[in-house]
Amino acid sequence: MLELRAITAGYDRRAPVVRDASLTVAPGEAVGLLGPSGCGKSTLARVAALLHRPDAGTLLLDGTPVRHWRHRAPRAQRTAFGVVFQQPRLSADPRLRLTDLIAEPLRATGRREEIPARVPELADTVGLTPDLLTRRPHEVSDGQLQRACLARALVLRPRWLICDEMTAMLDASTTAALVAVVEDYRAATGAGLLAVGHDRILLDRWCDRTVHWDTVAPAGKEGAVPATPGR
Amino acid sequence: MLSVRGLSVRFLLPGGRRIAAVTDAHFDVAPGECLALIGESGCGKSVLVSALLGLLPANAQTAGSALLGDLDLLTADERTLARTVRGRRIGLVPQSPAAHLTPVRTIRSQLEETVAQLTGVRGRAALRTAAERAAERAAFPVDHLDRHPHELSGGLAQRAATALALVGGAPLLLADEPTTGLDRDLVDRTVDELRRHVDADGDRALLMITHDLAAAERVADRVAVMYAGRIVELADAEAFFGAPGPRHPYSRGLLDALPDRAFTPIPGMPPELGALPDGCAFAARCGRATDLCATLAPLTGPVACHHPIPAHDGKSPSTAAPEDIRA
Ligand code: SF4
Repeated sequence: MLELRAITAGYDRRAPVVRDASLTVAPGEAVGLLGPSGCGKSTLARVAALLHRPDAGTLLLDGTPVRHWRHRAPRAQRTAFGVVFQQPRLSADPRLRLTDLIAEPLRATGRREEIPARVPELADTVGLTPDLLTRRPHEVSDGQLQRACLARALVLRPRWLICDEMTAMLDASTTAALVAVVEDYRAATGAGLLAVGHDRILLDRWCDRTVHWDTVAPAGKEGAVPATPGR
Repeated sequence: MLSVRGLSVRFLLPGGRRIAAVTDAHFDVAPGECLALIGESGCGKSVLVSALLGLLPANAQTAGSALLGDLDLLTADERTLARTVRGRRIGLVPQSPAAHLTPVRTIRSQLEETVAQLTGVRGRAALRTAAERAAERAAFPVDHLDRHPHELSGGLAQRAATALALVGGAPLLLADEPTTGLDRDLVDRTVDELRRHVDADGDRALLMITHDLAAAERVADRVAVMYAGRIVELADAEAFFGAPGPRHPYSRGLLDALPDRAFTPIPGMPPELGALPDGCAFAARCGRATDLCATLAPLTGPVACHHPIPAHDGKSPSTAAPEDIRA
């Protein structure tokens, strides 16, 4: 169970972008979080993925309160999450070949020996051909790079997937392909999903249920948040 | 208004590699019309836009023609393009307004500068009035004119960019992925506004480049579908999105991938533009392919395909059997 309780978070304590937001994802459940851009939903997703420490509120991971975020979080908690962001070019190290990009989490967690088997298998899952794996991000398209980012998110076999606008920059066919990869993975592993987006049609089709930001963070509605640069 | 004939763009790379970014494109955009050019990223759409604006890099070679009135955009010199075309005869609505606007200056000062550059208006008071009128035309709130780009929401930044594109009264609007990353209702508003600028002035035309099929459906009179550098289908928007449906297997696959339709991806990925097959570039992914598809199907009539889906057949390309080529 992934439980966000009364989370307040942001980049400036006087003007939090998330106020008093609560949301629960059950094991194996796919929840779509719908909201306009700049509403704070991406920040909440980062809190859920242990990437952003909230100012207030509680995050419960299978009943245990999370006490540390980012590199200070215990490895077992950190590796329970796979995260994919909207802009693959901002989240992928431009110097790494795609194969190293996908293998990075295995290296970082001392599981190098799994690389030779796991990377080709995942590349195949996300539809990347072997010739693409030797290229660097600037040598592939946005769609191909996002496929690699999804493979990286899956490489440690996470129990939770957080997809923050994963397909917002992609064409219809690549979108359908990546969503199918996520769903196949979830069907095989029982992983839960928090999919953040602004397209209701997509989230309704993809997820078990879609919740609107206004119901997740009703308090945040009045203190209207100014446009967040580079959400 | 715009008449593109046999437009091809090749990039020459070090080592003698050639990238066929656009091949043999033919299409027209008539006054009062909106043509949506759709296709996935990397299919050649943005290269085509750069070619029309004379903004291709030095290693590009073009062939064919792109007539705007009697001016060929492909052979015009940079001076002509800079002085008479960009902003004056073609208004560009950019992909990422936030990146297009100058971050350190207010919208008002950018509008006034553009007004001074592109029109005969002179004098502080006159410029101020003209800039405000330009803002109103694009439904940009005048009381936000003194803000900087980062103080604007995505929707307002888009309107500011549209206001700039409209200043010169350009008869052709070229919108390059104007809705990328916008929320659905903002997408709707943005394309509705673009449409309004076409309808408000019957002589204006809009060429919109997009991968957003819903945006294209909302705004376009006709659609051109691009795949691997070629236009593979050119169709009436109503027929394309409606019951007859697209006739090219690739177009059909794109629509079938939409979450409110079958949500089924097209298998595989597009080919590399530097290593295109001799025949149909879609053959490796196409459920209707036959031996004949090892040769290229020209765009005759609405669709470049040896086995187009018959109009009124709702079946998807993966399940439908190839039609008898003699039929
Ligand atoms: S039927 Fe043949 S020509 Fe038509 S899209 Fe398929 S492979 Fe290409």
